[in-house]
Amino acid sequence: MKSFRIGGIHPKENKFSAGAAIQQADIPATVAIPLAHYIGNPSEAIVKRGDTVKVGQQIGAGSGFISANVHASVSGKVRKIDVQLDATGYRRPAVFIEVEGDEWLETIDRTPDIVRGCSLGKEEIIQKIQDAGIVGLGGATFPAHVKLMPPPGKKAEYLIINGVECEPYLTCDHRLMMEHGEEILIGTTILMKALGVDKAIVGIENNKPDAIEHLTRLATTFLGITIQPLKVQYPQGGEKQLIDAVLRRQVPSGKIPIEIGAVVFNVATTFAVYEAVQKNKPMIDRVMTITGKDAPNASNYRVRLGTYLSHVVEQAGGIPEGTGKIVGGGPMMGRSLMNLDVPMAKGSAGVLFMRDEESIRKPSQNCIRCAKCVSVCPMGLEPYLLMAYCERNMWDELESNRTMDCIECGSCNYTCPSHRPLLDYIRFGKSTVGNIIRNRNNK
Amino acid sequence: MEKLIISPAPHIHGGDSVRKNMYGVLIALIPALLASFYFFGIGALIVTLTSVVACVLFEYLIQRFILKGNITIFDGSAVLTGVLLAFNLPSNLPIWMVVIGALVAIGIAKMSFGGLGNNPFNPALIGRVFLLISFPVAMTTWPVVEPLSMKYLDAETGATALAAMKEGSAITVSHLDMFLGKMGGSLGEVSAIALLIGLAYMLIRKIITWHIPVSILLTVAVFSGIMHAINPEMYISPVTHLLTGGLMLGAIFMATDYVTSPMTPKGMWIYGVGIGILTVVIRTWGAYPEGVSFAILIMNGFTPLINFYIKPRRFGAKQLKNNK
Repeated sequence: MKSFRIGGIHPKENKFSAGAAIQQADIPATVAIPLAHYIGNPSEAIVKRGDTVKVGQQIGAGSGFISANVHASVSGKVRKIDVQLDATGYRRPAVFIEVEGDEWLETIDRTPDIVRGCSLGKEEIIQKIQDAGIVGLGGATFPAHVKLMPPPGKKAEYLIINGVECEPYLTCDHRLMMEHGEEILIGTTILMKALGVDKAIVGIENNKPDAIEHLTRLATTFLGITIQPLKVQYPQGGEKQLIDAVLRRQVPSGKIPIEIGAVVFNVATTFAVYEAVQKNKPMIDRVMTITGKDAPNASNYRVRLGTYLSHVVEQAGGIPEGTGKIVGGGPMMGRSLMNLDVPMAKGSAGVLFMRDEESIRKPSQNCIRCAKCVSVCPMGLEPYLLMAYCERNMWDELESNRTMDCIECGSCNYTCPSHRPLLDYIRFGKSTVGNIIRNRNNK
Repeated sequence: MEKLIISPAPHIHGGDSVRKNMYGVLIALIPALLASFYFFGIGALIVTLTSVVACVLFEYLIQRFILKGNITIFDGSAVLTGVLLAFNLPSNLPIWMVVIGALVAIGIAKMSFGGLGNNPFNPALIGRVFLLISFPVAMTTWPVVEPLSMKYLDAETGATALAAMKEGSAITVSHLDMFLGKMGGSLGEVSAIALLIGLAYMLIRKIITWHIPVSILLTVAVFSGIMHAINPEMYISPVTHLLTGGLMLGAIFMATDYVTSPMTPKGMWIYGVGIGILTVVIRTWGAYPEGVSFAILIMNGFTPLINFYIKPRRFGAKQLKNNK
């Protein structure tokens, strides 16, 4: 069975919520909708204090090329536009709305009917996706419309839909494929049209046999879409790893997937594309997983953007006893949270409760040169060496040993028998070397 | 839940540890240890115990009184060095010599470089070579096999197969006896079957990869096979090469030491081929009948260079043919 060809690990999957159907989370009394995104420029607020907004109404406009629009996820009154501590750990601008009722824009089709046909042209589709503020929901939250406009001279050949969900614990994409499989495939067809490609491949790891079977059955009625089961291996959901797994092509160092003719979209993003293009619904909510070994109900919720995580967690049964760490996202790449008073953003895929005893890292010991970090690195790097160079501020050596290729998947830390903080150092090295490269290019 | 812990990702760990790896290797050494107790009796037990106790004690004393740092004697690495040193000694070696070997292995070869992970050369082999050079007679007077013998210093001695070959006399041990371990030699090196069981265990537990043992054994077999084919009178057969002396022990347990071996599969091949060639060269043309220890130590010296020049296969480095 196919998988990527360099490195990889297999952490315990712990997908407790895989069987839990997606529930609608209650609408909170107030929301704080983040205007900033994980990457790119923050959007500018286009509403002001005291304005009344409806669900789906635009409240923030993307500024610059890599930015996305923001829409009201609830109806009510704008209370203020202020900074808010978010899941990234920074205070960043957000629009605070006091909820009144649940009044939607009339243009949005709220019926459960599935709309299959799409007569729009390429440009119209991209415009709709851009208007709807869709960003990649796999984690990087890269604006979707940007990916649909390849740089001049580059042509997409394949569309790859990422249904891998390689992070342990998380199941939101799995549930979405089970419950909205047809919509995802319609979304795929729309994206194929926007990119002008006739081949799309949906990659799904074989720990989700039900999703593979379900989508394979549905895909028989769609032209050009194949479902590709993949051998379970982390980090297969990484864009470069997924392309390698399904196409046997590797994105060159420092390049983006379009270089080798591939464009990758997450299944949740694809579903959002369907909703935006076929139902006129901008990105105002997403599915997230609330989970953990002791979580009272490991579950999947569809949550309005800007909802405080504490509000969702309360519905799922609260914080379990003996929780030592709360992670926003999955255990391999998620960020630990100071508290749950942070708003749900477009990139929030889950809340994970970790037990006290799993929360504390073991003390780091000498490197014993076992070479396990080298053998698991999916980018073919030498984490032990990069860490040693970081400790000694050897930036040129870091650059020539391709530290910028690191995708921060954490496989090295996960594997290290000496519990060395390899990735912590490599991140530090990446940011320093990144600055050096930028300064050099600006000269 | 008074306070939440904040730390960067990843938030889970695979559960591997230095201790698990070290004790894993020790478990893999058990078959060879039992074989040596069987073939050499009480002497093997005395030498092994002395070596282990001395290694752990020296590591403790150095960490406690000289370095004044953490005590890491429970990570298993000192115990492992002790067992491996004993495996490279004759079972009738006097206790005081074993203790000196342990002091050199732990004190000079390991702790003076900064302890576990920082030593450029395999500590147990440094200990063995130090003893070999200091006490050449005692280190090359091998007891003959006497199952479950109760003799220690007064054990009967005889030449090993390789030493006999060096002196030009015929080898009298059958290949089957060599495979089982019924021959003279260092106490842990004789039983090829026991060492191979250990190898299988380490491969299954993924403590080591196959590259180093296979590259060494293959190189020795091919190199000595070519010479044997050219002149069978002068050069011993590859099977004898593989089954005698410290080759199995060296290829499986000494050369695969994490700290002193290369980090990439390609580097491991270069290292293994180097050890294989040097072993046959020293055995055939060198002054000593046995060359595995020297071969490994020489290639240990090349390991940093190999790591510097041999890089892992980088992602996207070469555009592989796509299978449309």
